[in-house]
Amino acid sequence: MSEATIKYIKAPLSAETVKELRAGDVVRISGYIYTARDAAHKRLTEALARGEELPLDLKDNVIYYVGPSPTKPGEVVGSAGPTTSGRMDKYTPTMIQQGMRGMIGKGLRSQEVIDACKEYGAVYFAAVGGAAAVIAQSIKGEEMIAYEDLGPEAIRRYEVEDFPAIVVIDAEGNDFYKVGIAKYSKE
Amino acid sequence: MREINVSEVTKVVSQLCKDSCYYLPEELLAKLKASIDTEESPLGKEILTTIVENAELARRKDVPICQDTGLTVVFMDIGQDVHFVGGDLYTAIHAGVADGYVNGYLRKSSVDDPLFIRKNTNDNTPAIIHTTIVPGDKVKITVSPKGCGSENMGALKMLKPADGVEGVIKFVVDTVRSAGPNPCPPVTVGVGIGGNMEKAALLAKYSLSRKVGEHNPNPQYAELEKTLLELVNKTGVGPSGLGGSTTAVAVNIEYAPTHIGGMPVAVNLNCHAARRAEAEI
Repeated sequence: MSEATIKYIKAPLSAETVKELRAGDVVRISGYIYTARDAAHKRLTEALARGEELPLDLKDNVIYYVGPSPTKPGEVVGSAGPTTSGRMDKYTPTMIQQGMRGMIGKGLRSQEVIDACKEYGAVYFAAVGGAAAVIAQSIKGEEMIAYEDLGPEAIRRYEVEDFPAIVVIDAEGNDFYKVGIAKYSKE
Repeated sequence: MREINVSEVTKVVSQLCKDSCYYLPEELLAKLKASIDTEESPLGKEILTTIVENAELARRKDVPICQDTGLTVVFMDIGQDVHFVGGDLYTAIHAGVADGYVNGYLRKSSVDDPLFIRKNTNDNTPAIIHTTIVPGDKVKITVSPKGCGSENMGALKMLKPADGVEGVIKFVVDTVRSAGPNPCPPVTVGVGIGGNMEKAALLAKYSLSRKVGEHNPNPQYAELEKTLLELVNKTGVGPSGLGGSTTAVAVNIEYAPTHIGGMPVAVNLNCHAARRAEAEI
């Protein structure tokens, strides 16, 4: 990818940044993002249903769907590639309503998620699934935030520098999986 | 009769867990590298380059290629002249998995109860063990950790004999197409045809332990593998499912005799990090 076609963006994401992102854009994300996958999403949305305060403010934040491998001595994090996002679909519209601005994962999203991105101005990024060792190199710091008992599923805050991702669903509701696959289909 | 102490099995399984998670099989890495040149999508080429870089980085640093180091599938071909001593074989295999995952900094992804409790066992046990008794006095162990992103996209269908080759082709291609980006393409497509329900599923899984570039020895099935690979690569799914001409690197078929009234077909997809390590005792 030539440098000219890469968009460098900051996290947390501003509404303005999200508006400028288009499905298919290659981005590098720098700043702070939070990790959460299945079990953490379940706890977060259950806490919301009970009217409790969340252990993190979702506003403008990016959630990375990841359960890293254990950290080897001398490393910042273990291998840390994206997990399948579709398992979080059930919880995602609620999270977007709470102000979550971005998600990083891999794989297909439901129409409800696409609609919520459009309605509230959120964006879904894909990281290259399985590129976990390469992605870990862009993670410069890690802090435990909540649910430590969940092990790899705990919520952590990552400091990232040039985290590599691709915009799949933009705030207009475009889905690059559909566009990209249709372009190369020979069926 | 040859005696093998099960502690030897524990040692070998532990090493194979680490080796398989750190080192992608050479022939698969070569295939992925070659696909960078043939891939039609510029973004697809970039993604394949990242995938290759990732595998090389993991090998250099002795870290997992993918954070999802899977459930640990262990295939064992046990020579019938082998007598295991020093303990229980399955306990020894599980001990090897626990040692490899804990000391190798591999992620523990196994939960004890699938529905109600879902508590992590914290050492990735139990392994999923498939043993076969074979002639001889050797033990061949193959460890294939497999993540859930690809495992979740597998499918099984009890086709009718009248569905024929066309029915098999449609089911396999439909499964890959509808899986889209989820199983981390380019995938290896494992296909099990025949037997009964559980036999077909096991054949599909077993077929994934074949080296990339090898085909079924039966020419008709080998031909079908080639046809399916071409068709799967026409779906447009491509690397990471973002569009392209490299959706799969291989289609492997294993088959077995079946009932006059049936034709079960199972499809087990593996991600681009199709991990496997083997050793012989």
